[in-house]
Amino acid sequence: MLFTIQVNNKKIKAEKGETILSALNRNGIIIPTLCRMKEFTPTGACRMCVVEVEGKERLVTACSQPVEEWMKIKTHSQRVITARKTIVELLLSNHPDDCLYCDRNLKCELQRLSEELNIRERRIKGRKIKQRLDQSSPAIVRELAKCILCGRCIRVCEEVITSTSLDFINRGSQTHVGAAMDRDFNFSSCIHCGQCVLVCPTGALHEKHNITEVQEYLNKHDIIKAIQYSPVVPAGIAGELGIKYSRDFDKNLNAILRKIGFDKVYTTGTGTDVCINEVALQLSENIEKKADKPLFITACPAWVKYAEQFVPTLIPQLSTVKSPQQITGILIKTIVAGQLDVKPEQIFSVSVTPCMAMKYEARRDGMMRKGISDVDSVMTVRELAKLIRLNGIDFTNTEKEPADEPLSGRSSSAALAEVSGGMAESVLRLIYYRTTGKEIDKQVFKKLRVSATFRDSAILIGENEIKVAVVDGLTGLEKLRSAQASGTKYDLIEVMTCPGGCIHGGGLPFITSKEDLKNRARMVYQSDDNEAIALPCKSPSMINLYEKLLKENIEISDKSIFFTHFEKRNVLL
Amino acid sequence: MAADLDIILKKYKHGRREDLIPLLQEIQAENGYLSEESIVRVGGHLGLSTTKIFGLATFYDQFRFIPSGKVHLKICHGTSCFMNGSQSIIDKIKEELKISPGQTTRNGNFSFDIVTCLGGCFHGPVIMVNGEYQIHIRAEQVPALITKLKFIIDND
Amino acid sequence: MEDLKTFLINKVLLFESDTLPSETEKVLQQVRRDKTNVPVIHISSNTSSIIAGSDKTFNAVKVYVEENEPTTLTVRVGCSGPANYEPMVCVQMPGKNKLFFRNITEEKVEPLLNGVFHNDINEDDLLGQTGSKGFEFWPGISFINELPFFANQKRIVLGNCGCYDPESIEEYIARGGYSTFVKTIRHYTFEEVCDIIERSGLRGRSGGGYPTGLKWKQALNTSSNARYLICNAKESDPGSFSDRTILESDPHRLIEGMAIAAYAIGASNAILYLKSGSDYARMRLQTAISMAREFGIIGHNIYSSGYNLDISLRQEPGAFVCGEETALINSLEGKRGMPQLKPPYPTTSGLSGKPTVINNVETLMNIPLIMKNGPEWFRSIGTETSPGTKIFAITGRGRMSGVIEVEMGTTLGSVLEDIVDGIKDGKEFKAIQLGGASGSFITAENLDTPVDFDAMKEKGFGMGAGGFVVIDETSCMVDLVRYYMEYLRNESCGKCIPCREGTGRMLEILESVIRKPVNEDSGTTLERFKGVMQLETISSVMKDTSLCGLGQTAPNPFVSALKNFREEFEEHIFDRKCRANVCRGLRTFLIDVEKCTGCTVCAGKCPVNAIYGTRLQPFFIVEDKCIGCGVCFDVCKFSAVIVK
Repeated sequence: MLFTIQVNNKKIKAEKGETILSALNRNGIIIPTLCRMKEFTPTGACRMCVVEVEGKERLVTACSQPVEEWMKIKTHSQRVITARKTIVELLLSNHPDDCLYCDRNLKCELQRLSEELNIRERRIKGRKIKQRLDQSSPAIVRELAKCILCGRCIRVCEEVITSTSLDFINRGSQTHVGAAMDRDFNFSSCIHCGQCVLVCPTGALHEKHNITEVQEYLNKHDIIKAIQYSPVVPAGIAGELGIKYSRDFDKNLNAILRKIGFDKVYTTGTGTDVCINEVALQLSENIEKKADKPLFITACPAWVKYAEQFVPTLIPQLSTVKSPQQITGILIKTIVAGQLDVKPEQIFSVSVTPCMAMKYEARRDGMMRKGISDVDSVMTVRELAKLIRLNGIDFTNTEKEPADEPLSGRSSSAALAEVSGGMAESVLRLIYYRTTGKEIDKQVFKKLRVSATFRDSAILIGENEIKVAVVDGLTGLEKLRSAQASGTKYDLIEVMTCPGGCIHGGGLPFITSKEDLKNRARMVYQSDDNEAIALPCKSPSMINLYEKLLKENIEISDKSIFFTHFEKRNVLL
Repeated sequence: MAADLDIILKKYKHGRREDLIPLLQEIQAENGYLSEESIVRVGGHLGLSTTKIFGLATFYDQFRFIPSGKVHLKICHGTSCFMNGSQSIIDKIKEELKISPGQTTRNGNFSFDIVTCLGGCFHGPVIMVNGEYQIHIRAEQVPALITKLKFIIDND
Repeated sequence: MEDLKTFLINKVLLFESDTLPSETEKVLQQVRRDKTNVPVIHISSNTSSIIAGSDKTFNAVKVYVEENEPTTLTVRVGCSGPANYEPMVCVQMPGKNKLFFRNITEEKVEPLLNGVFHNDINEDDLLGQTGSKGFEFWPGISFINELPFFANQKRIVLGNCGCYDPESIEEYIARGGYSTFVKTIRHYTFEEVCDIIERSGLRGRSGGGYPTGLKWKQALNTSSNARYLICNAKESDPGSFSDRTILESDPHRLIEGMAIAAYAIGASNAILYLKSGSDYARMRLQTAISMAREFGIIGHNIYSSGYNLDISLRQEPGAFVCGEETALINSLEGKRGMPQLKPPYPTTSGLSGKPTVINNVETLMNIPLIMKNGPEWFRSIGTETSPGTKIFAITGRGRMSGVIEVEMGTTLGSVLEDIVDGIKDGKEFKAIQLGGASGSFITAENLDTPVDFDAMKEKGFGMGAGGFVVIDETSCMVDLVRYYMEYLRNESCGKCIPCREGTGRMLEILESVIRKPVNEDSGTTLERFKGVMQLETISSVMKDTSLCGLGQTAPNPFVSALKNFREEFEEHIFDRKCRANVCRGLRTFLIDVEKCTGCTVCAGKCPVNAIYGTRLQPFFIVEDKCIGCGVCFDVCKFSAVIVK
């Protein structure tokens, strides 16, 4: 039901039941907000979105106040502007002054507000917040001095990720955000997914920087510098650098990386294909043995840590196949090392991912061979963009180059795996092909491609009906549990921590709306439809790997390098 | 201590979130403070993360995380006692014991808290020493009082 | 011969008519100890009297009575009002008027009782006698009700305090208690009770003044399968102790009020949210609740009315902000006590999402009286827009202090003059402050304001929950404002930016005004002045945009102090003087050359080496270096250091 309200002396239409803010936004009137997150209920913590409503004694927050007919609102009166300005000045009064050194310089929401409100003078001086730098986690760094206590990270960790690793501690001006018992991050139940970093408005949470290390190694001449990147990275990089993305932008990226100084450029997609293949083999074995328990896909390292902490009873059901990044990494350190006739320690292997938890995964026990890590350093897409700029590469003007052999090609399944539900789909497609000799009709997977935190389906392959479930964001685990409790027995379960899959990973450029997410997913599905090679077993790189290279290298021909192990974790839950 | 914890947890067998604060209050009354172990056990019992419980407990004044001293002082800092000079008493105690409110001395002997309005407004400044009221305290009397209490602790 | 409990239940509570038959009355008289043939001694016994020593007094009385007059009854009662007269003792000799004595500490018991039992009344500690029909009058002794402290009050809500043993439900029933509740649930519907309260015009006594009946109706009219009534007995305001006194002196009337309120909104669960640390109140309340349960006031199908009620006691874990409605509800739900956005209001969606009504102790204490005497009776007291009475907890520099109750419409000036009896020690009056940490200062020109919600709002200050602090010239206004700001900064929940940061910044600026750094120059004076101007902007933004009442009212002490005592602020900022000699950092000391022996102790202790001199010759203090800490003043054995 529409009715009229008056805003800044103009009449606009508003719907009954909506908030003032949504009515204003629909009519193109923008007011600043800070603690607000779309799709989350408002908390009213920052008071930035206040507006003047005639008849009300105090200013009201637009994000929460429902519209009423014939409300007279002023969004930019003197009183409102003074209020907003003072609030930002109060925040700045105990904020550290090191914008120039901060990770979010030029991309910080507080900077933007300060500029928008034209704050040009330090009028209010205050005692600065106590400095505390927590670098204990391999993936995320906390700088408490920059925290403005908006509470977004806490809500995301609780409501989206369900691991509740963060909360406010103490009260009033002593409040700070911390983990259990106010210890450092590595003692807590944090699964390093990095979703909190995506929502933090300032530089209080950011990724651990590997860019310095990488730059150092790039200057060494007696080391082979190898780099791998996952299929979604080119799209992300194009977005970060502000250039138009084209379907074969990855070829440009190869050239850019070589210009920076990397000797070898590989695609993680080859590893993804191996991963899909090995998981398919495991699943086929389970089906033959008529296994009672489902097989969980473990390509998501945050999910693995979550399972090891919160549901250790599931550990026997986790697939022991390593994640794509680690597989590509170990192949570099074994096969490539052999081809180049160097020792594994002479290779510095970097991986670029959309994921934060991969930084943690590279350090896991079980991700090394003979004391050498599979992957030496992991960078997020944002970090790679910084590295490209740092080296002054003219990225608008590059050639198209292929990646290096033997890890140069991938099937479209490898790209599909980065969307939630994609990995499960790829595994089943491969099994179908192996069983029937034909490629499956993708329409069968319709149910797995909808947008919901929990989706399941039954796919008929040969004589077996394979029940598959996809958990998209850890809030779906509840639904999985109740489905299993009511008797459904699944054969294959894919769990992704980041809602939407890796395309919404903690290492990608910050997205502002669900539309962005849908667009990214759509791009992946399109490339899956249009690329020539859909199945891993048809990819030349894969064929080369399995038929020739693995057989040639006796040491690794048992494929044990593709597998890892898990253990229960003792953390404060 | 773990056995006492079991007894207390059994009383709240339904394990609802509304029981969290009374449960913590009972544990605090029993042990004098909330240990890490007790917080983790409570979390397990109610299905809440340790982070949330710790965050809640640090919000309120009543909960301590280190044991209180053998002598625990409560200094009234209500309006009337303030006007009668409780600020200088607090400053003097901070000087003598070298701890802040909520902390305990290293030897475990003393701890103190600042509270509002114990109810003896006409007889202020009022302090409580291990539950016993002492009235009309002056800042000059504080050093002698601390010495006397130290003597009592040493000879207990 | 039935026992007392059955008798009270059948013959009193379940008795339909309002006037009881004379046989019943006779029994009740005995229970009330109105007319006895043995002596009765009442000793006040609540937190403030215990601090004054009434426990020891009670033991001394018991010992004396056992040895000398073993038939005497000794009873612990609640507080009768004046805190500076505690411990109070009341002696009732058979057939004679009651005699009240004040400040009877342990050692005064024996001589006093010796005197009374031998008809030789010591006039020193005597307050007066109460006049009752049918009792013998003590010649030459004045009446206690004629003392200005009592004469100017209208003690109806506090009517039972100090008159009966709060741990005895039998006495409470004998005084007419609980029969109103039983009649209400047996004869009135929920709506009718809400109507009666609405017609009475009762307004919430926690400071807001929202019409109680209206609030109840909002909850009643929200459809739900459960509703809750919460009594907010938290009272964390520094300097407020009226709620605690009521809880310790007359817990049964509060329980009756809660029970009627719960019935009116259709709630079967009532929660008493009590302040932590008040162990005595908790003990009295727990006894009262369990006795009420024994007598069937709480339970299932109470007195065959079909109504179920359970009352539970919860102790708050220590946060001032939990006095705010939504924060209180969050705390009860096991979360951090941070306030939430309103709407939705608690009456629509409160505890566990159900309609919840939160009422103040004083508001609920009025309910049984209104139900018993009718809304027109209530309207006949007080003013048109604020009927009834208001309870204040007087503290500070007045001659009298304690819990008082005045009719709405009484002027603040008359409270100060007649009841509080002016300022102690002949000092000059400065201001009074109503409403605790968020209250404004009221100076002499506004003392003619009547105690009335709307009249006060017009003048720009609020009534608050009942704190009434009397301030004289020995208090420094700047320091007092700093104290309140420190309190509010510590108690702020930290959720919203204006309050969390604003209170912190305001405190820092105020501290810079009252402290003197080691090296002063004119630049810092300008800083201080600019800082104080900042305070005005921050205050108005805090008032305009804070999420809850704490932040919205936090600037009140500062704003009203700046308005009324601007010269004091300017003296602190520019002249670096504190006229009340309170701000340590701004005192200047000098050495009296006549008294100084040159012992060098002060020079040794001076933290900034501001004292110079030669041994055995008088020393002197360099004023520019002196930071006013007062160490020299403390250590000088010859009183040679004086405050300028």
